[in-house]
Amino acid sequence: MIENKKYSSRYNFAFIDESTKKEIRRKLLKAVAIPGYQVPYSSPEMPIARGWGTGGLHVTLALIGKEDILKMIDQGSDASVNACNLREFVQMMTGCRTTFDTKEASLIQSRHRITEEFLTEEQIFIFQVPQPEPLRGVERYEYKTRQMHGEADYAKMWVSLYESFVRHGDIMLGAGYPVKVNGRYIMAPSPIPRWDIPNLNQSRTLYLFGAGREKRLYAVPPYTTVEPLEFEDVKFKIEQFRDVSCYKTAYRRAFLDEMYLDDGSRQHVINDSNFLDKVEHGQAVIPFTNPYLEQIPQ
Amino acid sequence: MGYIAVKGGSDAIHHAGELVEFYRVKEETPPLEVAQIRSQLRLAVDKVMGEGGLYAPEYAALALKQSEGEVFEAAFFMRAFITTLERRYYSETINTREMFIRRKISASFREIPGGQVLGPTRDYTKRILDTKMVEETPEDIRAFLSRFELTVDPALMQEITSYGKVIDLLKREGLLQPVGNVEDTTLKDITREAIKFPAPRSARLQMMARAETGGLMALGYSSLRGFGDTHPTVCELRYGTVPVRVKDNTGRIRYVGKVELTEAEMISSMKVPKKGAAALYAIGYGLCFGQNDTKAICMGILDRSMRTPDGKSPANDQEFVLYHTEGIESMGFTNHLKLPHYVTFQAGLSNVREAVKRASALTAAQAAAAAASMTASAVISVTEPNTLPVS
Repeated sequence: MIENKKYSSRYNFAFIDESTKKEIRRKLLKAVAIPGYQVPYSSPEMPIARGWGTGGLHVTLALIGKEDILKMIDQGSDASVNACNLREFVQMMTGCRTTFDTKEASLIQSRHRITEEFLTEEQIFIFQVPQPEPLRGVERYEYKTRQMHGEADYAKMWVSLYESFVRHGDIMLGAGYPVKVNGRYIMAPSPIPRWDIPNLNQSRTLYLFGAGREKRLYAVPPYTTVEPLEFEDVKFKIEQFRDVSCYKTAYRRAFLDEMYLDDGSRQHVINDSNFLDKVEHGQAVIPFTNPYLEQIPQ
Repeated sequence: MGYIAVKGGSDAIHHAGELVEFYRVKEETPPLEVAQIRSQLRLAVDKVMGEGGLYAPEYAALALKQSEGEVFEAAFFMRAFITTLERRYYSETINTREMFIRRKISASFREIPGGQVLGPTRDYTKRILDTKMVEETPEDIRAFLSRFELTVDPALMQEITSYGKVIDLLKREGLLQPVGNVEDTTLKDITREAIKFPAPRSARLQMMARAETGGLMALGYSSLRGFGDTHPTVCELRYGTVPVRVKDNTGRIRYVGKVELTEAEMISSMKVPKKGAAALYAIGYGLCFGQNDTKAICMGILDRSMRTPDGKSPANDQEFVLYHTEGIESMGFTNHLKLPHYVTFQAGLSNVREAVKRASALTAAQAAAAAASMTASAVISVTEPNTLPVS
């Protein structure tokens, strides 16, 4: 009864129709031209739920070509269930090769982590973003936050950081620590840990951000200055893993997952699954480095 | 170890997919036919089309079958399907004055042109579980249909055409505030560009036409009940089929088919902008696919309430109404909480641990200070006699 040629024929390469992909690419160009600025875009519905990585998928699908090699990670892991699902979807719609190896990938889509392994000019790194608006916590209305960005009026944000310090003795922001990009826009780096924030700064790779549900794209182009918000006397800090190391590799300069084993004991393990594999098997791997990491003993 | 760090992520999702399929069919009941769903679950199909934003009853029925009757999921299938379709035309403006009426009622007048036509509605039925339906047979259905047919006069059927609208009466008398769509010189297509605020009315109405019925109802009701000041009357509610036309490449207007729509025109009296100005009636407009009175009426309430921004009433706040009644987005985001968040959580955890450490250090310091001062005062009281000047 249901006659549909679309079902019997294949989907368009990378699922989204060509004119919409073009629109997304043009919006991405705008995003690259204005680092940290949120560009509204069409955000077509995906067969993946809103809030589950649709923005990242739009960017990946708009950019991916037949030669690309895709890596898909979620909270640092290649094996996370949602990463598996998204990877399978992109592969189904493009036939592209996929990989777990960070170095080999030309496109990396990630939820809430930057790889520990150093990224190069040859790679594009795509973030899934749940809330693109860094000012949402201090201003609920979209039309007002757009105006605040337009006027670079970030007073409310600074006051909130100050208040946090006065109340709690520190800036209590955890994942998604707000940053200033290219000395102009305050940007939500997506809920990556503070550990990853310094790796956005003056990076060799192109960072693209897709917020599907909120319909915004933005970018940090290579060699752009990205600074976490901090005061002269109250500085930004990364997560501290004091006196612990990865229980498999004894490695310390990587973001660690805290695990509770069946016997109730607590262990730490390198969060980035591919990095863990490489360190564990003694493969050569060049990690990111930054002044914050250098303070941690090897 | 939880489900996250397991290398068998792919296996897990495939097995979960198999299992949900098993749950759908495990009782081995006869498969639901799409035609059955389309006809016997008509209102669910209508809801799926409305919230999915795609008028395709068979696909909506299929989506309901595939989603085990979960309307949110079914509407979501429709939305994802739209992305794969090429957008060839925008229809010409639909004229609901041409509607082939199946139902039309007005609460504002006792008699309206063409009369009050209740049509198919459950409004005045008793909501009593019909236990006999458990044993309904095809013969029962046939018997009902032949009995029903006898009550229909085919001659009268011919007379049903289209009817004038109730608002036209008010318009003619000059009682209706002109709609004043000055904000809409061009049609915004909310599926092609992100909505911006303040949103023009065309964008607001499009968002609501695809919004989730329950969400619209909650906010519409809030405005009636006290968190707002809308007191509208159903000027007219109509349900029926209207022709859809598009302009082809040569500029000719062509008929492409009919869609079923519910339309609500809600009227309420305007707030007078200045002293002595005429207090006119204003309209709140609701339109959605299929038969869905609740959605059309609540959309009408919200169309009206959003025109007078008011910080205290959620229903009068465009951003609040439009973002949060979008069912597919709300469902996706509230459900995303099920995704692993351990990195995000760890980032907060280290902050909280430091804060607890600081707080306990502070308490300890205060306690030590208090103890020290108590000891000090005790010392003073003991030594006090000795401090007396010794002569």
